[in-house]
Amino acid sequence: MIDLKINTTLAEKILTGFIKTELNRVGFNKTLMGLSGGLDSAVSLYLSAKALGPENVLAVRMPYKTSPQETLDDAQLMIDDLGVQSMTVEITDMVDPLIHYYDDMDKRRAGNIMARMRMIVLYDQSVPFNGLVMGTSNKSEMLLGYSTVFGDSAAALQPIGDLYKTQVRQLARAIGVPEKIIQKAPSADLWAGQTDEGELGFTYEAVDKLLYLLVDQRYPPESCVEEGFDPDFIEKVMRRMRQNHFKRIMPPIAKLSQRTIGYDFLYLRDWGT
Amino acid sequence: MKIKIALAQFNTRLGDVKANLEKHMERIDAARKQGADLIIFPELSLTGYALQDLAVTSALRPHQEDPVYNELLHASKDIDLMVGFVHEDRRHRFYIASAYLSGGKTLHIHDKVYLPTYGMFDESRFFAWGDSVKAFDTRFGRVGMLICEDFWHASLPYLLWLDGADILLFASASPGRGLHESPRLSSSEWVEHTNRAYAGLFTVFVAHTNRVGYEDGLNFWGGSTIFDPDGNLVVRAPDFETSLCIGEIDLNQLYRTRTRLPILRDERTTLVQNELERILNIHD
Repeated sequence: MIDLKINTTLAEKILTGFIKTELNRVGFNKTLMGLSGGLDSAVSLYLSAKALGPENVLAVRMPYKTSPQETLDDAQLMIDDLGVQSMTVEITDMVDPLIHYYDDMDKRRAGNIMARMRMIVLYDQSVPFNGLVMGTSNKSEMLLGYSTVFGDSAAALQPIGDLYKTQVRQLARAIGVPEKIIQKAPSADLWAGQTDEGELGFTYEAVDKLLYLLVDQRYPPESCVEEGFDPDFIEKVMRRMRQNHFKRIMPPIAKLSQRTIGYDFLYLRDWGT
Repeated sequence: MKIKIALAQFNTRLGDVKANLEKHMERIDAARKQGADLIIFPELSLTGYALQDLAVTSALRPHQEDPVYNELLHASKDIDLMVGFVHEDRRHRFYIASAYLSGGKTLHIHDKVYLPTYGMFDESRFFAWGDSVKAFDTRFGRVGMLICEDFWHASLPYLLWLDGADILLFASASPGRGLHESPRLSSSEWVEHTNRAYAGLFTVFVAHTNRVGYEDGLNFWGGSTIFDPDGNLVVRAPDFETSLCIGEIDLNQLYRTRTRLPILRDERTTLVQNELERILNIHD
């Protein structure tokens, strides 16, 4: 049976504890994150504010000139709702010189440049704010590789990385994210009219169920067909997972010595803390 | 005879034995003040759990010459202790171990037999496995210790029961997993069901301490418990919270339960032996 329902009280308890403990043990009590006006960053923001207190959370709005005013307003709605710290850094003047530097620029490259510029802004602001950058990636997009490597995927902690998009939506409702944000079509907002589901070619509702069988329940693909999934859909999703695995791991180090980082030099991030 | 058992669930500093020793001493002191006779610490309580390459540098040799261990021996003069640590033997093999200390002496050391090395676990990459399980005598009667995966195998609690243990002491660092609609994680529910089942099936006391806190993305769910020989809950510590939870058990209940329900009396160990020999082809 495919049941993606979660106990949101328990999820909130574990994830707020995770945020607080994993910041504190490396000497921090503050966090900052980009706030797009979408669902994932909203959930990371609400969890962080609950874990650390709103005064210890900085929401950064980073619009490009084409970003709709509505997304900025949605972000402001949440900033006001929580009373977190906030700032707005428009990235247009930072990314346009690079975008216009090449004649053959396309919208995908431009989108990646924007995602990476937002990462630079956040990591720079992490110094004066004295906080760590909170991740906003969910399990669906991580498995599908629907992210910009070293862009939106760059973060110190990933609190919602083991929740599928449809589960993030359940959690959002429980922790007080405004219904308007929850109802919006998911979008990376890298160009006008972009939606995740339009670009991916399937809905999160459908793919989350398939991913749950393939990943969580270890179903072989042929068993997913028996469960009623279309073989082409299964193949497409499995190919995306495989091709984008590089985004989920550290770059391989060519082994030469007796002891090599990642192979036989093994410590948790929390080493000594 | 009634005894008070303290279950010490807390977070550890990963690989920092001295910092963790301090946490032990604070809890030993608090348990003593509350009249506890025995305090049980979680698996690898002196080191933290996901040690990887820290396993060898945080190990100790359990005797007086080791300053950390010696401090624990001293502390055990007026309260019994079960502590978790990395046990380095004379030939530099490293075990996940729990020691039972009482009256300034080590009564028993159990080296973890079953090292989970699947899924999220990688224990046998870093540790040697223990190769025995034995009950031992304490001032409260005969006791058996197991560590986490050890009690996911029914054979070890069974052997301890046959070896005379009336109190089973379990230590774990159990990572929480399995988020569904239920108010508790699947892992929490599974462990608690199992511990209750051992208590009832073997008509023994089962006291379990599980740690709390996080190591990287792993959460540890706490929820330490004591079950009595009827399978009833004596005490349960809260999930996910640091706690020193004290439960009182009445050892006379062993008499009452076993006169009503003589499962131990009726256990046919020779049949078990014969069938094991047949199954394992010992006489072929």
